[in-house]
Amino acid sequence: MPPALATLSGLGAGRRPALPALPARTAGLALLLAVAFVAIPLTATDYWYNAILIPFLIMALAGLGLNLTMGYAGQASLGTGAFMAVGAYATYNLLLRLPELPLPVSLAGGGLIAGAVGLVVGLPSLRIKGFYLIAPTLAAQFLIEWIFNQVGWFSNYATSSAISAPRLVFLGHDLSSPAGRYALTLTSVTVVTVVAWRLVGSQTGRNWRAVRDGETAAAVIGVPVARAKLSAFFVGAAVSGIAGALWAFAYLGTVDARSFDLDRSFQALFIIIIGGLGSLSGSFIGAAFIVLLPILLTHLSNAALGGALDGGQISNLQRIIFGALIIGFLIKEPNGLAALLGRLRRPAC
Amino acid sequence: MADPILELSDVSLSFKGLKAIHALSFSVERGEICALIGPNGAGKSSLLNILNGVYRADEGHVAFDGERLRSIRPGAAARRGIGRTFQHAALFSGLSVFDNVLAGLARHSRTTLVEHALGLPRDAAEARRFRAAAEETLGFLELTPYRDRIVATLPYGIQKRVDLARALVARPTLLLLDEPMAGMNGEEKRAMARFIAAARDERGTTIVLIEHDIGVVMSLSDHVVVLDYGRKVGDGPPDAVRNDPAVIAAYLGKPH
Repeated sequence: MPPALATLSGLGAGRRPALPALPARTAGLALLLAVAFVAIPLTATDYWYNAILIPFLIMALAGLGLNLTMGYAGQASLGTGAFMAVGAYATYNLLLRLPELPLPVSLAGGGLIAGAVGLVVGLPSLRIKGFYLIAPTLAAQFLIEWIFNQVGWFSNYATSSAISAPRLVFLGHDLSSPAGRYALTLTSVTVVTVVAWRLVGSQTGRNWRAVRDGETAAAVIGVPVARAKLSAFFVGAAVSGIAGALWAFAYLGTVDARSFDLDRSFQALFIIIIGGLGSLSGSFIGAAFIVLLPILLTHLSNAALGGALDGGQISNLQRIIFGALIIGFLIKEPNGLAALLGRLRRPAC
Repeated sequence: MADPILELSDVSLSFKGLKAIHALSFSVERGEICALIGPNGAGKSSLLNILNGVYRADEGHVAFDGERLRSIRPGAAARRGIGRTFQHAALFSGLSVFDNVLAGLARHSRTTLVEHALGLPRDAAEARRFRAAAEETLGFLELTPYRDRIVATLPYGIQKRVDLARALVARPTLLLLDEPMAGMNGEEKRAMARFIAAARDERGTTIVLIEHDIGVVMSLSDHVVVLDYGRKVGDGPPDAVRNDPAVIAAYLGKPH
């Protein structure tokens, strides 16, 4: 077949499956945003905001940060909790020490500072590969948590280790009501997700995935491997940092290093393993799963067993279920729920 | 004629005392297709790895385009215009054909992370340029029908062609092909030979390739270098090499 003909037939063959999928996806996304920005604020109760929507959105963002570093660029990390802590403390200090800065600037600044810390934590990735990279990120997780507990300057020498967050005000609006905190969280998550979506589709994102799928081949064809790894750590930590700031200000209302411990790092890891490594929507699906499952279990046990299980037993049950699911996903579906749902939508593929 | 793009003088390489390449010298003319042949373990792949910086020669030197390459790293070799394909088509398996080819353009990217994140005009312009170059290369290698397929799902012969596309899209001056036809059937081999010849004829790319199929080597290449146990045993046009008694003894076996 001459090249011209191949191009013509290729246009038909290559684009045909994409055509119906694209408008459907755009419509789905528009509907989702309409629900999130309009329908939910009209109907949601404070319980929905505080117990479900706000933690879901923030953990989705934390997972998204890890997904950029680990799912897209293939750089394993257990430092998500630490990056969240840096974002929270940095934003707290920006709000405290530079009160003239508007809230979005402090939030973005906290993210950038977390990104810079992530870049330093990512330096060993230039020499250490794969699974072993977990060790330096784990060290950073413990070290950073310890520093925030030990160095008083970060918490403005508060006597309690949990410091209450400054009031959230933007353009004269008080955002401390549940609806206000939801609006702040949703807007931040939407903006950051759009930026992440742009990045993964750009040359940067392609370089990340090239390094993940074949580091030697990537180096040989001229992909800047070191820059790709460090930028993945920077962007991932910055996103997790913004999530950490929101966790402290929009969810807990206090800044506390203990809420960003290793468990939080594992939670982010479970979110992307269950939701889908290397998938933006997977971070949201995984977060929904991990936030909703405990609530669902509590309701189920109350309804079915009449409260025969106490809280401790439920949380143990929850761990068993998560453990089994993670093993199951790693073996059967490493691309997570996102890939599973994608196949359900298009059974032909 | 004497316009060498690549000159090797007395290049030696050893792995922990085991000599893989022994005082090897030859040169490759601009615009020719040069085949490296020799039995397994003759040092052919090691030689390609020296040329693009994966290995470093212990002795001797390599000049590319009149400039000496010293302690060059793989990325630097790519930036100087040395492209490479792999024996086992080391593609980015989770990416589509199109994205693999686009990744081949990484060394031409002049945009920054911030421009990518915010979608600034320079990023948009570069992305458009890259997509056009990738589409053109896909058309050139008749890969357009596979454009959106994930490479892991493609047959091996097509994957090897995607590997070639990923190298060609960056317009290398020198292209190193490590067994581009390994594991292919006759029809796939003929197609690959046609694409390699087209890359040289239409784009002026100088090509150094490793190949075991003597029929393909003799019809495709202008220049054949024969290696045996890391030493050069033959060097010249295909016909001269075919009739060289030393080459026949070392590699081709008994005369036909």
